[in-house]
Amino acid sequence: MSVDLSQFIPSFLEESFEGLEVMESGLLDLQRGDNETIHSIFRAAHSIKGGAGTFGFDNVTEFTHLVETLLDEMRDGRREVTSKDTEILLESVDCMRLLIEAARDDEEYDQDKVDQTSKRLAETLGDEPTSADEGLSKTDVEATNICGYTINFIPEHSLAKTGNDPIFLFSALAELGQLTLCADTQDLPALKDIDAQELYLSWQLTLHTEASEAEIIEIFEWVEDECLLELVPIQKPSDTSASTSSTTSSSTQTNNEQQTEPDTSQKSTQEIAVQPPKAELVIDSTAEDNNITSKTKTKDKGKGKTEVGSIRVGVDKVDNLINLVGELVITQSMLSELGNDFEMEKVERLTSGLEQLLQNTKELQESVMRIRMLPISFAFNRFPRLVHDLAIKTGKEMELVIKGEQTELDKTVMEQIGDPLVHLVRNAADHGIELGDVRVANGKPRKGTISLDAYHQGGNIVIEINDDGAGINRETVLAKAVEKGLIEANAILTDSQVYDLLFEPGFSTAAEVTDISGRGVGMDVVKRNIQSLGGRIQVKSTLGKGSSFKVHLPLTLAILDGQLVKVGTETYIIPLIAIVESLQIDNKLINRVSGDMVLYRLRDDNVPILPIYQLFNLATECTEIDRALLVVVEADGQKIGLMVDDLLAQQQVVIKSLKDNYQQVAGISGATILGDGSVAMILDIPGIIHMALEQAQQAQRVKTDGNSSVTAEVCL
Amino acid sequence: MNIQAMAQDIPAEGENAMEGVDFITSGDQYLTFLLAQEQYAVDILCVEEIRSWEQPTKIPNAPSYIKGVINMRGIIVPIVDLRLKFSIGQASYLETTVVIVLTYQSEESTRTIGFVVDAVSDVLNVDNADIKPAPAFGGCVGQQYIDGLINSEQKVVTILNVNHLQKVEKHSLHS
Repeated sequence: MSVDLSQFIPSFLEESFEGLEVMESGLLDLQRGDNETIHSIFRAAHSIKGGAGTFGFDNVTEFTHLVETLLDEMRDGRREVTSKDTEILLESVDCMRLLIEAARDDEEYDQDKVDQTSKRLAETLGDEPTSADEGLSKTDVEATNICGYTINFIPEHSLAKTGNDPIFLFSALAELGQLTLCADTQDLPALKDIDAQELYLSWQLTLHTEASEAEIIEIFEWVEDECLLELVPIQKPSDTSASTSSTTSSSTQTNNEQQTEPDTSQKSTQEIAVQPPKAELVIDSTAEDNNITSKTKTKDKGKGKTEVGSIRVGVDKVDNLINLVGELVITQSMLSELGNDFEMEKVERLTSGLEQLLQNTKELQESVMRIRMLPISFAFNRFPRLVHDLAIKTGKEMELVIKGEQTELDKTVMEQIGDPLVHLVRNAADHGIELGDVRVANGKPRKGTISLDAYHQGGNIVIEINDDGAGINRETVLAKAVEKGLIEANAILTDSQVYDLLFEPGFSTAAEVTDISGRGVGMDVVKRNIQSLGGRIQVKSTLGKGSSFKVHLPLTLAILDGQLVKVGTETYIIPLIAIVESLQIDNKLINRVSGDMVLYRLRDDNVPILPIYQLFNLATECTEIDRALLVVVEADGQKIGLMVDDLLAQQQVVIKSLKDNYQQVAGISGATILGDGSVAMILDIPGIIHMALEQAQQAQRVKTDGNSSVTAEVCL
Repeated sequence: MNIQAMAQDIPAEGENAMEGVDFITSGDQYLTFLLAQEQYAVDILCVEEIRSWEQPTKIPNAPSYIKGVINMRGIIVPIVDLRLKFSIGQASYLETTVVIVLTYQSEESTRTIGFVVDAVSDVLNVDNADIKPAPAFGGCVGQQYIDGLINSEQKVVTILNVNHLQKVEKHSLHS
């Protein structure tokens, strides 16, 4: 076949996953839904089935066909929509996703689950499951007796109008074996009556092949609604018994039998040229091998590509970008014209031109960033299903309210925030919301509410997960923390400190471990994930009223607000989000404690001072503490004072990776390019704190193990 | 200029090798440069550009031969001083000191690194058959970096293996 279909597989997969999402959200709305919802679910299923068939993902096609049949009955009103059916359909959606994912990764899938679900589907449909395997083996048996097929192919006259060309079909058939073609021209009208767009020919083909009937039918897949197709197997001479005429009837398209007699009996001149009447055309199958190798090659390439990932961008965003580039080009040509013969009088025009350039660049930057932005609904979409499932599993009544779905967020951030959010929502459903009876007893509506909300605040995006459940019991948390040895029994903690305990690894107050949550794994991961994105999480809770988790995230990972600082000859950038305050060092507040640890008294806190020049082994003149400046930063709840020579400007910087051409450097999260074209390093605050801790521990070990230096060396 | 004629000059060897990463390492032209008084060469197809020396931004706690990173049209490029790395000659930064920026494409990534050398000298046309194996008799440059030797007039030119140059950069720094 001249068109290599494998190049379209990524698009098919993408569309299928979108279709599955449509089905899922449609199914969740179905209880109170209307006909239109069922229609949209059906359409999604239908296009998945069609696509899967085209690309030869037979298991997907078969399975989806069952789903489609059930949906069809619902659509026609032949079947009441019950919640049981919805459950089965939701499960089927899962199975379809499983199958498509398996097809994408070329991997094995959970056959049991698929079998079970298809069985249940079939039971619901009220007929016996027609096992696919049986069907296949049957055709296999038949195929062994068959050395080819005679194919009667009578297309409708309008076939060519739908963009189908019989030549492609024939060459695809020729790939399967030796093909002999015989064109029937009896419907051919006189030359003057010919409509050039109609197809008047029909063909009788003889194909000698090992291929199964299904493979041949597949080739005609796109035209099967527009033609009369008959397949007659040619028996091997040795085995003439057991003629399987049933296959013939099964493959004959009945829906087109009312073929109208050609009224406008004409014949395309083009057709005459290509196919002389009763011309015999033998297409050899030598091209087959080449074709196969090229197919496998492209498949490999396609796999490599999928890892890169793609973004669907609205046309308006791209148009806007093109507009801006146009503006930029105009400004550039204006400036270069100005520069050709520059005189001092033109200074004013130059400044205005430069201002325009600045404006253009800024707008361009913003709209380029906007391309990476996606509405957060992409991340929120999975939650209705999740809450629906959780409600069934836990036996609680709850509903999910989603607000601010249109808030836009960087794609990378979005991808990484999904799992932490799932975790938080699960927690809310499992630990937060109480059982219906308990809620009623407490004077709350029987149905619990979990709400997801996203909005912009300053340069950040805030995602809130609220529930009106039981809230966090401070005493339980404290007791558990004492039991785990995380805090002293008589420690006095603020509320936020207590809630921070929830994020400790292995911490769980759940009385029993369910399969949803309660193992104590997760909240620490949630916090770590959010922190790795440069964000933070806040907890608020009122006992008996509910809890609220607020996740603050930077809008994008590509740009950050930074404070430029000078250390020796080098300029570094400290992310503004990490800075607590910057101050001039007051000598009186410096304390040296417990063996030369330098602490700075910042109101009630004692902040350890960390000279950057020491950490990074830089030569600097400014080694005395009292002449330097202190930038107090915070990460992981640990405050630390970074000693720098000077504070420079604050500005937005574009983050560039060091990993691309070099490697990750400890204490550095990336680099950026400053206004003068030079490179500056961006400090990784949690990394620096970690580094400092390690250095201190090493130093301690060396000191304490001074007499047994061998162990010290081993440790190092 | 007759483009057809020029096209015929392109060696067949290079053409065949276009299919993979190979064409980068099996080209027939080499860029030679000086480290102290010695001649070295790299495959010219890897050479991205030749820049004059500029003070790079230091990378904290990097080994001494990693001079830092520079900005090359928005790409952050690390700078390696080959004289320090191979302990050849003095690492002095004069007007003739140049940085050869090499790009190495492997299947999974592309890596761009700048190498400080004393001076760039010539482009050599070399038949693969003329490349002789280097005798394993020591010297400052590790064997894995050397692809072979070429005799060019009176001098001997060491061909460096770009793949190893960039790879070792990656691993030798976990100190």
